[in-house]
Amino acid sequence: MDWLQSLRLIAPEETLSIAGLVLLLVAAWGGDKAARLISVASVAALVGAAFLVMPALCGGAMGPDAQAFGDQYRADAFASFAKLLIYGAAAASLVIAPAFFDRLRAMRAEYPLLILFAALGMGMMVSASNLLTLYIGLELNSLASYVLAAFLRSDDRSAEAGLKYFVLGSLASGILLFGISLTYGFTGTTSFEGIRVALEGGLSHGALFGIVFMLAGLAFKISAVPFHMWTPDVYEGAPTPVTTFFATAPKVAALALTMRVALDAFGPQSDAWRQIVIFASLASIVVGALGAIGQANIKRLMAYSSINNVGFMLIGLAAATPAGASAMLVYLTIYVAMSLGGFIAILMLKDEAGEPVEAIAQIAGLSRTRPGLAAALAMVMFSLAGIPPLFGFWGKFVVFQAAVQAGLVPLAAIGIAASVIGAFYYLKVVKIMYFDEPADVVKGRSDWAHQALLVLATVFISPLGYLLTKWLGGLADVAASALFLAA
Amino acid sequence: MSGFPILSLMLLVPLVAAIACLFLEAKPARALALAATLVDFMLGVVLWANYDIGGAQWQFTERTALFAGFSYALGIDGIALMLIMLSVFLMPICIGASWTSIEKRVGEYMAAFLLMETLMIGVFAAQDLYLFYIFFEAGLIPMYLIIGIWGGQDRIYASYKFFLYTLLGSVLMLIAMLWMVNEAGTTDIPTLMAYDFPAKAQTWLWLAFFASFAVKMPMWPVHTWLPDAHVQAPTAGSVILAGVLLKMGGYGFIRFSLPMFPEASAQFAWLVFALSMIAVVYTSLVALVQHDMKKLIAYSSVAHMAIVTIGLFAFNTQGLEGSMIVMLSHGLVSGALFLAVGVIYDRLHTREIDRYGGLSINMPHYALFFMLFTMASIGLPGTSGFVGEFLSLGGIYQVSSWVALVCTTGIILGAAYMLYLYRRVAFGEQKHADAAAMPDLSLREYLMMIPLGLAVLWMGVYPESFLAPMRADIAALDARVARARPEGDAKLAMGKGKPAHEAEAAHEGAH
Repeated sequence: MDWLQSLRLIAPEETLSIAGLVLLLVAAWGGDKAARLISVASVAALVGAAFLVMPALCGGAMGPDAQAFGDQYRADAFASFAKLLIYGAAAASLVIAPAFFDRLRAMRAEYPLLILFAALGMGMMVSASNLLTLYIGLELNSLASYVLAAFLRSDDRSAEAGLKYFVLGSLASGILLFGISLTYGFTGTTSFEGIRVALEGGLSHGALFGIVFMLAGLAFKISAVPFHMWTPDVYEGAPTPVTTFFATAPKVAALALTMRVALDAFGPQSDAWRQIVIFASLASIVVGALGAIGQANIKRLMAYSSINNVGFMLIGLAAATPAGASAMLVYLTIYVAMSLGGFIAILMLKDEAGEPVEAIAQIAGLSRTRPGLAAALAMVMFSLAGIPPLFGFWGKFVVFQAAVQAGLVPLAAIGIAASVIGAFYYLKVVKIMYFDEPADVVKGRSDWAHQALLVLATVFISPLGYLLTKWLGGLADVAASALFLAA
Repeated sequence: MSGFPILSLMLLVPLVAAIACLFLEAKPARALALAATLVDFMLGVVLWANYDIGGAQWQFTERTALFAGFSYALGIDGIALMLIMLSVFLMPICIGASWTSIEKRVGEYMAAFLLMETLMIGVFAAQDLYLFYIFFEAGLIPMYLIIGIWGGQDRIYASYKFFLYTLLGSVLMLIAMLWMVNEAGTTDIPTLMAYDFPAKAQTWLWLAFFASFAVKMPMWPVHTWLPDAHVQAPTAGSVILAGVLLKMGGYGFIRFSLPMFPEASAQFAWLVFALSMIAVVYTSLVALVQHDMKKLIAYSSVAHMAIVTIGLFAFNTQGLEGSMIVMLSHGLVSGALFLAVGVIYDRLHTREIDRYGGLSINMPHYALFFMLFTMASIGLPGTSGFVGEFLSLGGIYQVSSWVALVCTTGIILGAAYMLYLYRRVAFGEQKHADAAAMPDLSLREYLMMIPLGLAVLWMGVYPESFLAPMRADIAALDARVARARPEGDAKLAMGKGKPAHEAEAAHEGAH
């Protein structure tokens, strides 16, 4: 593999790095006045990177042609699928930010830069085919995220969120690193390919511990139970555009990374990790659903909802089949759209003075004062609950289909029965918006960028989304097959 | 008419109108909703007129592979045709029933109803398993909103209960469907109806489907959402709930449980019989002591639905035909009864039976219609109720005389609670001045009552019109389940008739 070929394969990362570094200089000299310019340039860089990854996805790149630097990095269809979602979500988080930060005079130049570097790290995470690439990508993303969580420096909640995220995130990184070292020690290699070959012969106790610790570390990143505690606090405390970012892009990156580690590197020993994934999945579904019921803050509610949704996605991982992986990717796509829609709607909840409204009680009767916004939020809620004909149902559907095809009928039955618990709190939000007397708090005007994105997300999760199922399923199938080349 | 996508058009008309209603003021929204439902009714009439009795089993089929994993496939047989007719017939009446009683958020209300109509037709017309599920489940959202926004005092509790109960029932069915498609390799309902699943798997599949349909039906003991939902829903909501939504459970049994899992259906027939017998007796007794008119009719619905389930699981043509007629008749009659309650509720704003009395004096025409529907609910010969119940019970008698015996008490109890209700409301003294001052039916109410009354009489006098389209399909279903048919308990044996002269000789010898 010559260097030129490798450098060509990492073109999206190069684009983002160079754009990031150049814009860093612009920020250094231009100051916060240049924030808007940098935002626009960052979005352009992300869009450019998205165009660069598209050929690999459409062409179904996989195998040796897609490996760079001696198989430390793979620019295959799977990575491209995840990157498209990541870049899209990151760009959306940039577009929605100015309207929120401007009011606080906090639209600083660092925000787009941090998002850009986080996106770069996430791109490396999903492309990693070596434990070291994995860790570098993960840390690049995490460090940017810690700062983003604390972006509103003068706000206590934001600072607290950043600190919590940092402390718990470092702990998780440590656990992950411990797992990586065990895996390296017992398999003698850091490359996924090598680990796969080593594990095909059998599983030593040490390697099993390696798997357990690595999955524990990754479970933290995807906020699966029992490593979910940070999620509600960070989601609530972080500025809403940042929360939007956390709920979408890093989720995709961490889940895609988990998929590659579990299905590719640890693929031969799927029976060993399946029970861990099944436990995490069911626990996430139940804890996410029960935890959300008592929440009074809508951002916290969305945090529990994301825990709940991760549980459903893990059902696809437990299947450990190409269909399961493909289903997870479809679910992720729909989930990103639902989360974006949900958080943008939350961003649009503002009182007369423009202060954000986050208490669920204050959106009572929203359907009478702001019917469009209420309808969009209600659609997001029903969609998150997985009620057909909204598109959120399709995500759950394909995941459960994969589980049933893999013979995991009891898991699917328990998981879907538990989803009814989750439906309760989504209904509560709809009930408050539609059945209760108006509290008449939400009066603020909405930014046009928010409106446009909200309309886009809502149309996607509406029944019209089903028209995309063939196309989306086809892409996801190609992407997922890249993980199962050796199998 | 072949090739013209009339079923899609029937789905589209209310859907488009629903979206339009969201943006309209109260008055045009009402008019548009009425127009759309009437157009859909006309289309239904065209559908029935063009339905070829004795022709292909599935007619008006449409199939487009629009989605991954399942296709947009529509098509109807006689059973579906009748249920679609019931839906499109009741819808304009529902809109009429909400003409004046719904004053707030009229556009949204009409939109929810029209959306309901699309979904109901979709449920009965879907020929793809997953498409069916989507339509079946999607109905929860508009119904949740209808109960929750426009319902009575305890509407929030009722809407939650309705939603979560039915959702829990259906999600298990989804897992069963996924398994079935994985096993059979197709999502096509007609193909699946002829597919023989392994007997062991059938048990689980049947239970999963039963969880859904039993809740929807509803069967005792999972019926408790129904009285709450009925009582709290606005009048038109109750009509559509009792008239059509409950039929989805019965339709599910007849379309899925019986033909797809005949062995399991036979295996669990005892369960259905036991639950139905309890339901008939228990809910009838509960209905006897109700003070709330709507609650009384709601409980009577549970009892009538139990007659449907025993007929379905009788495994013979008579029982199946009876069940279908009970479903259609109950759709008309319970809808009409809820409407009758709605008429006086609109005047006095209470459903308390004691607040009325002697209505036949000041509202003679109303009392006449109410009497007709009461009699139809009891099952008086000449009304639709009689035909269905007679056939159903006749069907079950061939299987088990005990079940028939217990369930027939339902007719007696039904007569008791309905007549008791009627006496308290329409006869006796005019105890309350405000009730005595209520005016008789208005023109709008006549327009709703008369078609219902005529339909009830038509079905009672000449049920053949309704049975004819379904006969071939029910015969096919009967043939399908024949292999699992349970032995009847009557043990009928052909007697050996004595030759006439011997009998005479014996007679003479006695002298």
